[in-house]
Amino acid sequence: MQYAVSILLSGVSLGGQYALIAIGYTMVYGILRLINFAHGDVFMVAGLIMVYLSAALPLPVAAPLMIILTVALGFLIERAAYKPLRSAPRMSVMISAIGVSYLLQNTATYVTGGLPQMYPSLPFLSENITILGTSTKWVTIVTPFLVVALVVVLTQLINHTKVGMAMRAVAKDFETSQLMGIKINSVISVTFIIGSLLAAVGSMLYFTNYSSIVPLSGTLPGLRAFVAAVFGGIGSIPGAVVGAFLIGICESIIKGSPWSIFSDAFTFALLIVILVVKPTGLFGEKATDKV
Amino acid sequence: MLQQTKSKKGPFLALVLAAALLILTVVLENTLNPNTNIMLFTTLKKGAVYALVAVSMNLLNGFTGLFSLGQAGFMLLGAYTYAIFTIPVADRESVYYIYNGSAVNFSLPDLFGGADTVPGLILGVLIALILAGCVAAAVAWLIGLPVLRLKSDYLAIATLGFGEIIRAIFQWDALGPVTNGANALKNFPTFSSFNITNASGQVVLRLSTFAAFFIAAVCIAIIVLLINSSYGRAFKAIREDEIAAEAMGINLARHKRLSFCISSFFAGVGGAMFAMFANQAQARTFTTAMTYEILLIVVIGGIGSVSGSCIAAFLYVAASEWWLRFLDAETTIGAFKVPFLRNGFRMVVFSIIIMIVVLFFRRGLMGDKELFDLFRPRRKKKEASK
Repeated sequence: MQYAVSILLSGVSLGGQYALIAIGYTMVYGILRLINFAHGDVFMVAGLIMVYLSAALPLPVAAPLMIILTVALGFLIERAAYKPLRSAPRMSVMISAIGVSYLLQNTATYVTGGLPQMYPSLPFLSENITILGTSTKWVTIVTPFLVVALVVVLTQLINHTKVGMAMRAVAKDFETSQLMGIKINSVISVTFIIGSLLAAVGSMLYFTNYSSIVPLSGTLPGLRAFVAAVFGGIGSIPGAVVGAFLIGICESIIKGSPWSIFSDAFTFALLIVILVVKPTGLFGEKATDKV
Repeated sequence: MLQQTKSKKGPFLALVLAAALLILTVVLENTLNPNTNIMLFTTLKKGAVYALVAVSMNLLNGFTGLFSLGQAGFMLLGAYTYAIFTIPVADRESVYYIYNGSAVNFSLPDLFGGADTVPGLILGVLIALILAGCVAAAVAWLIGLPVLRLKSDYLAIATLGFGEIIRAIFQWDALGPVTNGANALKNFPTFSSFNITNASGQVVLRLSTFAAFFIAAVCIAIIVLLINSSYGRAFKAIREDEIAAEAMGINLARHKRLSFCISSFFAGVGGAMFAMFANQAQARTFTTAMTYEILLIVVIGGIGSVSGSCIAAFLYVAASEWWLRFLDAETTIGAFKVPFLRNGFRMVVFSIIIMIVVLFFRRGLMGDKELFDLFRPRRKKKEASK
């Protein structure tokens, strides 16, 4: 029982952290039809920025500053690497995304000297708590609630504001929305800003649990979050969240079993099965392939 | 028609160029001191391996238009197949010491008289290389059944996932007697085994770089022949427009599968060569990052250009391993310490160069042209553009 609770708790919290990354993937994919391979690395860089900022500044200043810097990074990446390729074939944009990911990883290796960095322990979040006989950190409890709250805010934003309406229009039809006078570039920038913001928050939660950061530590969470986004139906925010929670729980169950080496293999096997059986995912809209 | 007039002189020139290159490698390796020029030969060998893998990826991504990111996975299959079948029986105990010996208790070179003899080495390595390719192709066929139904980026992410799954399986403890778990496989014949030694163990004729070039050249030649055949034209038709290709009577599923399997075959051979180059096979090296590296080579060379991929492979390896090395060393000129130079800076500069290529020179070095297209008289270009 105690074991089951601890597995479930860590699964839910992991799922929440993946959800925050997955939303960034799903929104960008919904609008640009681009798998933003650099998103996982933005998440990693957010962690590193926090490490360096918290060494120099008090925490209440460092945390917001970290979020602002991460958002700026996401915005910059979009402007520098994706915007010039707007009319290029989709493959070029994807290659550009891979290039950005490569650049971020190498820069991180350069800055850290290749040594793992320890994430600062945050007050309250890092403190221990005992639930049903299982000792865990506060962050585990806080994550799911925070995720749900953020998602509610986000869906309100998308459904009831002008920017949100523009986003939905662009996701539906790129060219037509341009003709309707929507400034696509600013809409896309907003998408990247929201995605990076959530990734920054996610990194704060994730690295409180797994406190060592190496340049590659963004890759796998990023890929898992992407799988979650596909699982839930790409382009759908609630879908991404549900998918992320499911993936997180599955991963934590497998990690606790003797098959732990296959946890990533399972995630990807799941991805392939979904793509083949139901490519639109759990909540995805029916795709209309334009010929 | 244009196609036919085009390729009259090309094959002959290519053959001459390849032969000249092969002779040059033998001459270089036997005249230059191998100890002082170690970087040159490492670059040449690794470049040859990467050229083959890049061309195999180009066949899939550039010529058939299937965006696959599973190359590292297929290389891993090839490397392990090669290693498992060529480790001498006598060495198996020491390589698999954790698992008390290997489950596979024969070795191909040993069947032909051992890796020290000429027929044993050549036949054993050759058969093992072909086997490596076949295993990769067979797995590709299996994976292709579900995966090839997917389109563009979904295909990319599914094949990427496949690479991760393969890596996990090969590191699995239960398969230890075959794959040696997470430990490296070693002691199999490498490129250096091709150096001819005399009775006292002194090297008489160095052929290690030649061996790498020769295998890569033969494989690339086969791929080029395939691309110029009717199959190759079918692949290109699929790349340009799937629906139109289908309307012209091309069996989409069959040709996609064919392209996927052949590409994986050569990726498998390339993986085996990588194991020969690195003197060991370890699942940990065949990561997604390796696939990205190869993809970037293809992009730099020009998507859809075989000669571009080859040139880019050598440039890429030379730049990342050799020419940019100085960026990693802290340097002082007089009393002035050059800023930024320290470990890791090389890769930062390198990735910035790659980003510049990706953003501003989207067609890469060669675009979709081949080397020989550049030397053709201009008149023909005008005619073609009419």
